[in-house]
Amino acid sequence: MNRKSSDTPIEKTTLIGKRVRKPDAPDKATGKTRYINDMVLPQMLIGKILHAGRPHAEIVSIDVSAAEKLPGVHCVLTGKDAEGLRFGFVRDNVALKNRVRCEHDEIAAVAAETEEIADRAMALITVEYRDLPGVFTPEDGREKDAPQIHDDFPDNKSLHFEFRHGDLAAAEAASEIIVDNVFRVHHVTHCCMGTSCAIADFDSNGKLTIWSQTQYPYNYKMDLAPALGMHPGDIRVMQPPVGGAFGSKLDVYPYEPIAALLAKKTGRPVKVMFSREEEFRSSPTRQPAVIHMRTGCTRNGTLTFRSADVLLDNGAYTSWGPTIPVVMMRTTTGHYRVPVVHFNAQAIYTNNPYAGSFRGYGNVQTTYATAQQMDMLAEQLDMDPIDFHLKNAQQSGETTPQQAFLRECALDECLRTAAQASDYSAKHRRYTLAREQQGRYKKGIGLASSIHNAGGAKIHKSDGCGTILKVDDYARVTVITGASEIGQGIDAVINLIVAEELGIPLEHVTIVNDDSDIAPWDVGVHASRTTFIAGNGARRAAVKARQQILNAAARMTEIAAQDLDLRGGFVVREDCGTKVIKLEKLLRRMHFQPEPELVMVTDYYEPNSEPEGADHRSDHSAAYSHAVHVAEITVDTHTGEIRVDRITSAQDVGRVINRMGLEGQIEGGIAIGLGYALSEEMQLEKGMLKNPCFRDYKVLTAPEMPELDLHFIESNCAEGPYGAKGASELPTIVIAPAIANAVYNATGIRFFNPPLTPEKVARAIWDRQQTETGPSADR
Amino acid sequence: MSMSEVIDKVSIQVTVNGRSYQREVEPRLLLVQLIREELGLTGTHIGCDVTYCGACTVLVDGNPVKSCTMLAVQADGQEILTVEGLEQDGELHPLQKAFSENHGLQCGYCTPGMLMSSMALLAENPDPGPDEIRKGISGNLCRCTGYNNIIKSIQAAAKEMAG
Repeated sequence: MNRKSSDTPIEKTTLIGKRVRKPDAPDKATGKTRYINDMVLPQMLIGKILHAGRPHAEIVSIDVSAAEKLPGVHCVLTGKDAEGLRFGFVRDNVALKNRVRCEHDEIAAVAAETEEIADRAMALITVEYRDLPGVFTPEDGREKDAPQIHDDFPDNKSLHFEFRHGDLAAAEAASEIIVDNVFRVHHVTHCCMGTSCAIADFDSNGKLTIWSQTQYPYNYKMDLAPALGMHPGDIRVMQPPVGGAFGSKLDVYPYEPIAALLAKKTGRPVKVMFSREEEFRSSPTRQPAVIHMRTGCTRNGTLTFRSADVLLDNGAYTSWGPTIPVVMMRTTTGHYRVPVVHFNAQAIYTNNPYAGSFRGYGNVQTTYATAQQMDMLAEQLDMDPIDFHLKNAQQSGETTPQQAFLRECALDECLRTAAQASDYSAKHRRYTLAREQQGRYKKGIGLASSIHNAGGAKIHKSDGCGTILKVDDYARVTVITGASEIGQGIDAVINLIVAEELGIPLEHVTIVNDDSDIAPWDVGVHASRTTFIAGNGARRAAVKARQQILNAAARMTEIAAQDLDLRGGFVVREDCGTKVIKLEKLLRRMHFQPEPELVMVTDYYEPNSEPEGADHRSDHSAAYSHAVHVAEITVDTHTGEIRVDRITSAQDVGRVINRMGLEGQIEGGIAIGLGYALSEEMQLEKGMLKNPCFRDYKVLTAPEMPELDLHFIESNCAEGPYGAKGASELPTIVIAPAIANAVYNATGIRFFNPPLTPEKVARAIWDRQQTETGPSADR
Repeated sequence: MSMSEVIDKVSIQVTVNGRSYQREVEPRLLLVQLIREELGLTGTHIGCDVTYCGACTVLVDGNPVKSCTMLAVQADGQEILTVEGLEQDGELHPLQKAFSENHGLQCGYCTPGMLMSSMALLAENPDPGPDEIRKGISGNLCRCTGYNNIIKSIQAAAKEMAG
């Protein structure tokens, strides 16, 4: 090497806020990535599940003898093989059923040498059912004489949540304007491009290895164990690359213990993988809800109270879906400054498919109501909506009725930024006037905001993440983290943070997070927590390693550690950047000196937050953040079609870590939210899904994606890594009410039941024309 | 159909990523099964089984085809290009590079199909506008990205390919 260039000082630079690619991107772009769906193990059998195909029935008899005799079939399991192995949030589920409670209930499972043999075996199983009357809405499920779905859950009652703060009657009396509506939000599903898949294998000591798509590997062990009658410690969870998750892999679903039961019985590895149709029918949904919301304010535009009475369609079993009130009440109490709040939610068992967690988790549903009611109140007040929002927006230092402390609150700035960038107020007035005029196409603009936890959510006993970091003799760094990578890009975030602290090239960092026997504890990818929690963990571990390295360098060079820095693979002088020693050379010296030391550190980061608690009064997240979306749309009043022209988004992200990854999360979140608002709907008729394919279940395609104008507000969170807050759920949360408010601005019609399909919008416009022109038109 | 029935296999020859393959296949074998299971090229993914998602898109004689709804025997004598065939002499194709550098992928499951549709688009229209790109990939679903960065990636690749 040229002496001159090696003597060049290294300037201090930073990676924070830069655009960093995912480390796995080249493999994904070349087809080298081996997804769980691609995996084949030696001796592996294929498992298939027989679903009931009816919503509610007793099983009179089941005969698997012909299936068992088919050459190539290794075993057939039925409900009796899983008896007593109850699992799930309230232990109301078993892997294989003796009674049918929903369409996709798992009745039998086959392990065979090929998929084709397994399919043939399934066709040879004969089941005699006695169909029972079903319950298909939560309202019906509450009726006195409603069919009972679980013997041990009387009146079909599942989970119940309540929160009260302040005197509701007094607040209502003091309100000059009250809006009162019922919002009914629907069933949608995650549509991960890679279908559900699990591969299970037992070793001769009885230890289970399960290759899983899970996004919460440690609690997953705890949740899977009872379905198998095992100790969680005897389960090893492997996490190969997955084709998306979005919350759908935050629980155990029956196909996973089924794969394990088949593997146990056959002594061979067994792979269960869904077809797309099976995926639509049998994977979890977003929680549907009936939300009766009331919000009041005074004539001068000060909010007085909000109340929400929520009825949840629990479906046949209890997964994460019916726990969403924990988040719903946070929005009801925290979305703007509301002094008096009552919240009540009851989940009712039905014979419908059941809901899991899905990006936005309860807040998507609640914000659809709160953000529309803010729009309604602004209209009744005859106030510029922005002024109304600003008047009630919390400021830093305020505490919500549930004791969420808004340390760095940027709602004000989010509102101003989004409104200004989209010219919201002027357009809103213009379109309101224009809607009375003739013309087929109507433009509309709508604004919606929300609040979400952005520093984890302590709904478990711990909200922590473990990190192990080692630096080898070549200055290559391995980070073993509890945080799961499901496509969202925590790999790039950790990569960036560690490279930042240790002054090494990005490509010198390897992340290991796919084996529960190696990686330490983490609660999982949920609650927009991973950048915040795992990012903090990675930073703290890297800082410890950095300190160890600088201390060693100080001992060898007799320059104080605080006067040294790590840059470009060298130890340098902090002030001038002059190279002192090459990092890998230092590491080898540390290793081979008379008192040898290796650089390997551990960290366990538990965020500074309080457990949610039974009374729901706690500062349950280490940070909160806000987002404001403005949607600009054009409605074709003849066809009912909504074209989304532009979305302006202003979100408090704390601080940008990986700008490119953040943009990807916001844009992808918006796309999922747009599907929810406009087109996606599981069409259920008496518990049976009528549209289990992408032809009839419409997710957004590229031509429908609007122009996006993203604004990141940096509130610099004191607790977050470099100031960052969690960010990935808010974009999905605020989009649907922004669209609904824009449609109202364009047409004067409120939509309480998403999705706003062309048919629904055209019908509403037609119905209104009939009413308006009513008697005269008939003549 | 009983197990004892013998299905006559059909002899086919296909060229995949420049390599010629002779195979005896059952007439019902899907092209995607031939690619994934017989040839071991698992870069081509199955997302929906029935043409709607585009994850299995490959080029057959230069045309984008959803390989889950084409029979292997229909590809007899034709040239197939899959994602594994895009890299040349150890160099990523400009599209592969652009998808990596512009965050045109997250989970990456739709990416091979997106890349193959983009190949077909750029072959026909080397300088597409944003709306032409949107249309060009309208048969490919992505659940992660919201498509924006995919569109940027294709634009970046088109620019690089134009030199």
